[in-house]
Amino acid sequence: MISGAAVLLWGVAALLGTAVLAIAESRRSDSGTRLIYGLTLGISAAVLMVLASRIADNPVTPSTVVLPLGLPWIGAHFRLDALSTFFLIVVNFGGSMASLYGLGYGRHESAPHRVLPFFPAFLAGMNLVVVADDAFTFLLSWEFMSLASWALVMAHHREQDNARAGYIYLVMASFGTLALLLAFGLLAGSDGTYTFDAMRAADPTPFAAAFVLVLMLLGAGSKAGLVPLHVWLPLAHPAAPSHVSALMSGVMTKVAVYGFIRVIFDLLGEPAWWSGVAVLFLGGLTAVLGILYALMEKDLKRLLAYSTIENIGVIFVSLGLALAFKANAMPSAAALALTAALFHVLNHSFFKSLLFFGAGAVLTATGERDMEKLGGLIHRMPFTSFAFLVGCVAISALPPFNGFVSEWLAFQAILQSPDLPQWGLKVMVPAVGGLLALSAALAAACFVKAFGITFLGRPRSAAVELAHEVDRYSLAAMFILAALCLLAGILPGLVIDGLSSVTLPLIGSRMPVQMAQPWLSIVPIAASRSSYNGLLVFLFIAFSASAAAYVIHRFASHALRRGPAWGCGFLDVVPSSQYTAVSFAQPIRRVFGTFVFRARETVEMPAPGETGPARLNVEMHDVIWETLYLPIGRALDFATDHLNHLQFLTIRRYLTLVFLFLIVLLLVLALWP
Amino acid sequence: MAVILELAVQGAQMALVLLLAPLLTGFVRKVKARLLRRQGPSLIQPYRDLLRLMRKEVVLADNASWLFRVTPYLIFATTWVGAALIPTFAAGLTFSWTADLIAIVALLGSARFFLALAGMDVGTSFGGIGSSREVMIASLAEPAMLLIVFSLALVAGATQLSTVAAFMGSPEVGLRVSLGMSLIALVMVAIAENARIPVDNPSTHLELTMVHEAMVLEYSGRHLAMIEFAAFLKLLLYVSLISCVFLPWGLASAGAGLESLAPGVVAYVGKLAVCGVLLAVFETAIAKMRVFRVPDFLGAALMLALLGTLLLFVSRSL
Repeated sequence: MISGAAVLLWGVAALLGTAVLAIAESRRSDSGTRLIYGLTLGISAAVLMVLASRIADNPVTPSTVVLPLGLPWIGAHFRLDALSTFFLIVVNFGGSMASLYGLGYGRHESAPHRVLPFFPAFLAGMNLVVVADDAFTFLLSWEFMSLASWALVMAHHREQDNARAGYIYLVMASFGTLALLLAFGLLAGSDGTYTFDAMRAADPTPFAAAFVLVLMLLGAGSKAGLVPLHVWLPLAHPAAPSHVSALMSGVMTKVAVYGFIRVIFDLLGEPAWWSGVAVLFLGGLTAVLGILYALMEKDLKRLLAYSTIENIGVIFVSLGLALAFKANAMPSAAALALTAALFHVLNHSFFKSLLFFGAGAVLTATGERDMEKLGGLIHRMPFTSFAFLVGCVAISALPPFNGFVSEWLAFQAILQSPDLPQWGLKVMVPAVGGLLALSAALAAACFVKAFGITFLGRPRSAAVELAHEVDRYSLAAMFILAALCLLAGILPGLVIDGLSSVTLPLIGSRMPVQMAQPWLSIVPIAASRSSYNGLLVFLFIAFSASAAAYVIHRFASHALRRGPAWGCGFLDVVPSSQYTAVSFAQPIRRVFGTFVFRARETVEMPAPGETGPARLNVEMHDVIWETLYLPIGRALDFATDHLNHLQFLTIRRYLTLVFLFLIVLLLVLALWP
Repeated sequence: MAVILELAVQGAQMALVLLLAPLLTGFVRKVKARLLRRQGPSLIQPYRDLLRLMRKEVVLADNASWLFRVTPYLIFATTWVGAALIPTFAAGLTFSWTADLIAIVALLGSARFFLALAGMDVGTSFGGIGSSREVMIASLAEPAMLLIVFSLALVAGATQLSTVAAFMGSPEVGLRVSLGMSLIALVMVAIAENARIPVDNPSTHLELTMVHEAMVLEYSGRHLAMIEFAAFLKLLLYVSLISCVFLPWGLASAGAGLESLAPGVVAYVGKLAVCGVLLAVFETAIAKMRVFRVPDFLGAALMLALLGTLLLFVSRSL
């Protein structure tokens, strides 16, 4: 019997082989595209099958493989346990859906030779990160994943802003890897044991543990998109082709979450209680700021990228709760919070992939990402719009879809927190609960806007009038994901029970078995406390809606007349008089924007008698970019300008400098305790 | 046999909310009219309105999509399910565990999501103005509501409404500051959610000042009937919620026999009447505020709810 880890490595090898093949094949654009996406679809689906059969047997037995690669005295260690199995399912499911979508979408690709080789390589990199079992392999795979995705971001490098997006992504990714490198250095200790097994056994000092937490928040957080390290994400994710955007947003951010969970929950040992406070704070901040940025956005793909930041915040809030409970020896509550986080990981990979596919379909059909030029697509792309609508409802955390279930579990976890002893947590948790609720409500507003402006109303440009429904492969990928959004929402017990094998080794506890509950309800603690039954809610809504429709159609008038829309006596024939993305967000901008974005509105009225139009100018600032990143950039410029002199010294001066530096180093060594 | 009986009681609850919802709105309108020394329409006028709307033809805008035609039924269904899941005359009904209070709030969120989309479907500015203001109001009202749910859940140790109601009816509740704050916040949220004065005016005819009415401006005939019915149900839902949590007296407890249901129904109708009168008095006594004052109003509700929750985190007995 071949072990799970070995199967996975064969899968990775096959993906890498596909990448090499793609270099040769991508010249023949159409058949090559089909061949490559077909192969990646086949490989990731096969890996998915193997993994799905493994998660079924509870508990999952870890399997390991050691290959004589990498550093000679360690080799490359790979391990497949419950946590990595779960994340591999997310990765490979997302990968297979993106490949399926790519079968159709890829035909419109203008530069296939810049996409095809890197797509399987990117998938292989993500797979490798999740199975890596030593620091060296982990970091190498992490960099491989970053670079492959960077290449995909740069696929259309001639387009405006893409080069800048790629540059910022590269800088932030290097920064993140540096933080991870230091974190693993601290974990390895002074004797330099780089296998995860040794790190698990080692017991770092509280000081070192604190540093590891901060470094992981920087390293994994920058990849996942935690505020204020998120700046690259809304630039880079939309710049890539849409199925790659889906992979980056839906899957790669989850790999970053995996890295965080692996180190903080698994390798680091017992957490300190304040680590929960730090993670909760960052998570709550990320959730609210992410969705506020998304609300202000009028580019569809950037809106989705900002919403990814919000969802990462939601996941980190649940992770912070799990840390706080774990530190206070409340294993069942910790299991609930961790389940909520992992459930949201799965959910977000479903609906964010779906939404990016939908945005890609709109892009194919109209060539537009700017919502101000879209509108009325529901008539021209009925299937895409239906699938996109499902994604919008699911991501807005509305029942009976899946997004609601994970938010509900997070709220249930928050309600466990008054038993926490520390005051910092007692004050932080309800405030974060409020932030979570706020971000959920704002997410609904944001996706009303995304769907309403893009698909409803009247067409705002000529391109939209000529739009056609997209190909069958793309639709198949979207509908599979939409169906899963509903399924995970009405049968959450299945997912929760599947996740129990993940929480058990990390927390030492699990949520109660859900599938044994009557009527397939989910009951986190006790039925008298809280329960939710997505299936029944769905059936009730379906029943009441059809009953109402039946009664109406049986007894009420059937008469229907089409007429022009009622404009209160004023006939507005120009589609540009409709509400736009910016005007839709205006009330929310007035409430939150003056504080968060320093938004200002000024009206320029023409003088009486002039025929020029009046103008409303809106001025907004990206406060984080302006207060954090621009000063760093300026400081760097300043430093490089002034250090420039060092390039042009005489040999004597260089020797003096070397000598002085040596003395300083010796002094430091002498004074070091 | 017992199962059939329980299902019958559950069915009776679903039918009861459906029957009473237009009456409650008619009652509030009547009391308001009487307070203004007007005669006012008869109590059953809302039923007549619904029937009249159902008999009329639908005038559909030229570019209305399928979503526009499906939405009224979806909104009606989600609101009805939400209203039927709140204990009205009896707690612990067969399906009361289907959704807890958080899920009921989210169900209303689903209804609002589709209503806001329907407002944008035709592509007129009035629909857009209504939708954008509605989501702004919701983005403040929903977190306030969830914080109220947190407070209730911390006091009662459950988000399950039947359990909360049972706890609130027991003598161990006592007078609590946090509950008082929650009640005030809940009333404020209920007023905003139901588009009542001072947040929105249900009887206005000036499109620019409307929120809810602007969204449904394009609806007519049977579609409008469904939407109106959903609005009636939503008002009933919030009144039921307030009375089930803060006036839990007379609520037939879980597993009680049929004989205790009759006083439960009487008590429920009495509570509706009291809340209806209070709402009418409040609405007559206050003027509608500007749209951009609404965030202040709801911000106050949010802060009250947050304060209530924080107090409970500080001490479970406050």
